[in-house]
Amino acid sequence: MESFFTRFKNVLVLVAVLLAQTIGLAIQVRRPVESGAPDSHDVTLMRYWVVAGVTPFERFFHFIGFDTRNAWLNYVNLRHVRQQNHDLEQQIARLRLEQAAFAEDAIQGHRLQALLAFQQHYIASTVAAQVIGTSGTDLSHILYIDKGADFLLRPDMAVITPDGIVGKIRDVFPRTSQVLLISDTTSGAGVVLSSTRILAILHGSPNGQVQINNLTADSRIKPGETVLTSGGDQIFPRGLPVGTIESIAPDPDHQPYTAIHIKPAANLSQLEEVLVITGTQSTLPAVAQKDLAIGASTAEAQAAAAAAIKAKAAADAEAAAEASARSAADVMADRLPSLPAPPPTAPGTTSPPAAATPPIPHPLPTIHPDRYTPGGTPPAADMTPGAKSTYQAPAVSAPASPDNPPRDGQQKSRKAPQNSNSATPQD
Amino acid sequence: MLNRSYTSRRELEQHSFSPFVTLLVPLLAILLQAFIPKLIPRFAVLDLPLIVLLFFAVSRRSPIAGTLTGAVIGLLQDALTNQPIGVNGMAKSAIGYVAASIGLQVDVESPLTRILITFIFSLINSVLLFLIDHRLLGLPDYHLFWGHELIRAFANTVIAIPIFFLLDSTKRTE
Repeated sequence: MESFFTRFKNVLVLVAVLLAQTIGLAIQVRRPVESGAPDSHDVTLMRYWVVAGVTPFERFFHFIGFDTRNAWLNYVNLRHVRQQNHDLEQQIARLRLEQAAFAEDAIQGHRLQALLAFQQHYIASTVAAQVIGTSGTDLSHILYIDKGADFLLRPDMAVITPDGIVGKIRDVFPRTSQVLLISDTTSGAGVVLSSTRILAILHGSPNGQVQINNLTADSRIKPGETVLTSGGDQIFPRGLPVGTIESIAPDPDHQPYTAIHIKPAANLSQLEEVLVITGTQSTLPAVAQKDLAIGASTAEAQAAAAAAIKAKAAADAEAAAEASARSAADVMADRLPSLPAPPPTAPGTTSPPAAATPPIPHPLPTIHPDRYTPGGTPPAADMTPGAKSTYQAPAVSAPASPDNPPRDGQQKSRKAPQNSNSATPQD
Repeated sequence: MLNRSYTSRRELEQHSFSPFVTLLVPLLAILLQAFIPKLIPRFAVLDLPLIVLLFFAVSRRSPIAGTLTGAVIGLLQDALTNQPIGVNGMAKSAIGYVAASIGLQVDVESPLTRILITFIFSLINSVLLFLIDHRLLGLPDYHLFWGHELIRAFANTVIAIPIFFLLDSTKRTE
């Protein structure tokens, strides 16, 4: 017996070690396997000791690199900072205008949500944390951050960046937390496609991709569509960006479903800083309300400025029309006959006083009058309906003038027309 | 006068390491493996703890030592992941045992042997992880992508050769 153990001690040790670990696996793994299920106390304790031994070194290396990088960026490499500052100022100005454009819609949306008693969750508080390490293998998409229970972090808190969601807190240690990325196979998130409003569940794939595989083929789903959180998982608040659809293909493992691959909005492979959402609230946070008010006031100012510009443009257009009409009248006045301008007076002489009314011009006398000659038709009052016209036009003579004295039979001069056609246009 | 004779090649080339090196090198490998992918994401394809395990196993030529070294390194790796603890432990225990057993038979000082050992055991490690995850734990979504595993084996081999030469300086011949 002793020789048996001596002879096969190597194999026996191997079998004993493998058997012990197999039993350990059997204790840890529950049936059915629950994704992201919490570890048992013993496992958590073992992870705690390992993490407590490793993370101080990671923290040390991280801060050495962080300080070096900060020193380089803040004190040495300051090229293009002015240009970047200028660009950022322009970007802020542009974003303020965009914010003003959306402010009215947002206010209206909040009003409608209040009317419908719609329960909304807004991010109330976050904790900024720095990534200090990884799991070290591409089979487990885990990050370690430098904040833990000291900052009141708890499991299942959402982890995001300004670009999009990152994952959730899986395990919390006193000074460190373990973040499960959305690219891990055991992760999941409720999402909605932005344009089609189709609800889906997001998962990580074994090769580290993020995908949706619980939807059947739908012609409305197109690559490039934005994916947002739906809020249905009670972890991520509604409306956070997740990513965009990269490709759609049949899922060979889950027929008849499709594998919709998502390009994450956040760069999951190179994260430096993340935000842990530690609290949500049903009303808009005070800072956001202030921003919204600023946006609304900016929108009002924009509207007032636009109205002023419009009124000024209308006034200008009216003045221009009036000026053009006046110039047209001047052109007409130049073309129509009018009185000649008075001759210039010699210097030193006084000009005669202007006549009160200009002399009324008279038409030249008709040499051969006919019935069309003015005054050749009797007044309507003298005419009898149905009677034959026997009116004989009187002989028209030239008006009496010193050069042309009236002849006999022409003493009775014709009444000059009252409305002269030679009236000078006044305007 | 003490006359020491060697009766076999195994005793002639058996090496030992100081406790400091035995403890520090695997821990450093695990630490770097956890930290460097944060800076260089593609570094996650490597497996520094596996390389260190192979070096210690073939240098000590003791299957028991190889098994226990593999178990400890694998369990520490598992503790940093979200996988059940024991997946890497089992795979690396088996690899430590087999590598140490092979070290008894062949000349592991040759660079060509080291290249072959690293490449083949890297593939074996991937297969063992797949079997444990897919068969033992019953994870249906776990697949073995051969192209990716070949790239991983090649990368491990490339990085292993200088590491082996570096660690050769820590050997103590008995």
